[in-house]
Amino acid sequence: MRLFVKERTKKFVVSLLRTILLIGISYVILLPLINRLSTAFMSVEDLYDQSVRWIPRNPTLRNFRLMWEHMDYVRSFGRSFFLAMFTSVLQLITCSMVGYGLARFKFPGSNLIFGLAIFTLVVPPQLIMVPMYLNFRFFDFLGILKEPINLIGTYWPFALMSFTGTGFRNGLYIFIMRQFFKGMPRALEEAAYIDGASLFTTFWRVMIPGAVPGLVTTFLFSFVWQWNDYLYVTTFMAGRSFLPQALEGAASKVHRAINEADALAASSGFLDDHFYSLINNAGMILVIVPLLILYIFLQRYFVESIERTGIVG
Amino acid sequence: MKGGGTVASKKKVFLSFDKRQKIGGFLFTLPFLIGFVLFFLYPFIQAVIISFNELVLTSTTFELQWQGLENYGYALQIHPDFSRVFTEVLVKLAVELPLIIGFSFFAATILNQEFKGRAVARMLFFLPVILGSGVVMKLEVTDYSLMMLQHLQESSSMFQGDALRSLFEAARFPAGMVDFVLDAVQSLPTVIRASGVQILIFLAGLQSVPREVYEAADVEGATGWEQFWLITFPMLSPLILTNVIYTIVDSFTAMNNELVLLIRETMLRGAGYGVSMAMAMLYFLVIGVILFIVFSVLSRRIFYHV
Repeated sequence: MRLFVKERTKKFVVSLLRTILLIGISYVILLPLINRLSTAFMSVEDLYDQSVRWIPRNPTLRNFRLMWEHMDYVRSFGRSFFLAMFTSVLQLITCSMVGYGLARFKFPGSNLIFGLAIFTLVVPPQLIMVPMYLNFRFFDFLGILKEPINLIGTYWPFALMSFTGTGFRNGLYIFIMRQFFKGMPRALEEAAYIDGASLFTTFWRVMIPGAVPGLVTTFLFSFVWQWNDYLYVTTFMAGRSFLPQALEGAASKVHRAINEADALAASSGFLDDHFYSLINNAGMILVIVPLLILYIFLQRYFVESIERTGIVG
Repeated sequence: MKGGGTVASKKKVFLSFDKRQKIGGFLFTLPFLIGFVLFFLYPFIQAVIISFNELVLTSTTFELQWQGLENYGYALQIHPDFSRVFTEVLVKLAVELPLIIGFSFFAATILNQEFKGRAVARMLFFLPVILGSGVVMKLEVTDYSLMMLQHLQESSSMFQGDALRSLFEAARFPAGMVDFVLDAVQSLPTVIRASGVQILIFLAGLQSVPREVYEAADVEGATGWEQFWLITFPMLSPLILTNVIYTIVDSFTAMNNELVLLIRETMLRGAGYGVSMAMAMLYFLVIGVILFIVFSVLSRRIFYHV
């Protein structure tokens, strides 16, 4: 009986400690999001008011309205969505193929190729950005085309890089898919081969359906990182307004608009850093919310894939 | 005659399997090979060349003017901030790396236990990966009001740096150690927010440790502590290497990395492309050396479960 009680107290203490820890860590994780949410709904007076901490006294949607308008939200959202969607689908196809090739086939140089994939991950993209820009600005396919064509400002750089598995962090996706395929049983494939299925049929019909959780994880990563990406989009699509660029430029547009409408407000110190902070927070919420929705929808697969991947080398 | 036929056909099956392996592997990895040469190796070599030159853009093409090692010399000796920021970034990494690895290992062991709300907790721990990348991070660096707000909260409620310092000093700890511990405590929020992917990788590893091993250990009477150090830790050691490398790469390529910002700044409105490429090259060389050292030190200590 005493032993039983001791065991139960121990269990209780452990779970209590765990709960406290988890709550503490969740607080640290959620703090920036909560900060951002609460400031996004504040008016400028609230930010100066020392007694206002989390809940704005004069909640307002003005920040969101301003940002919605000046980010040209609907159109930039559409562009960003299209870009993120098509690059992640292409990356998914290529990275799962390459991952499968590395996981299941023994051929000379397979380790080298895996090493190269990891190498692309290690080199900071900033390092090759300028040559990449020149490469696409005067694109001649290593000198095969006689007249170089200008691919800057089109979707081609993204399409080409995604399709060849060299886009942003694609080395990581190749790594994830390789580990996932490695963890799948061989029996199914062998049965398919014995039945006379070709390499690609086996891959599409047998391996891909079994790898859905891994694919969802990769898709989520790739969509999120493309969505938030600033470097590639500003380099290859400088003029066009995708969400990151729209967000960055919106504050000064708002400034100009208010200036034109009401010179008095502008000169009274109304447009200061704090005001920028408010509208930028509202803008960030507008950028993040679609990702949160996507994450909530996909997280079921995501957690499942944690349970199933053997991301063990 | 009949027997010979079987041998031949067996051989043929074997050969075709071997061939299938080679052709299949080649076909499946072909897109990446093309991409690697066209969109990685080629620009990479160009980056090396540009770092020794000055790049002049004209309306139809671009020209390179040979500079030799001047760009490198400029970056290291003349540029006012480069060397300082470089060392700062390295020191920051040295403090944060062990913390990130330690924290993500710890978090993964907690998230691997059975408890109510585990799915929600897992979802939360991964949230920073979604929230903290790219443009959001970039704007956060320049958002002074938000920084002020966070600074207020952190200094008022969570970390009493001065109190801690006097406590340590009263206990006569060496000053260097006190600084390290305080730095570590100050950077806890950053560490927690930078650990999402690492937690995921450790968690996947924990799931793949066979249950039977623990059951056997239970039967033998091993305590939880012994099980952790003798089973869990060695089984996960390959992933520690993976995570160390991922963490280094992630912190070196992040949008809010000060050196990355400096290189971009130099490229757009500073000393020009050549110098910024030289900076990036130096940076990459140091990353490479660090990764190489880490890899060769750690990989000898790793236990590979076969």
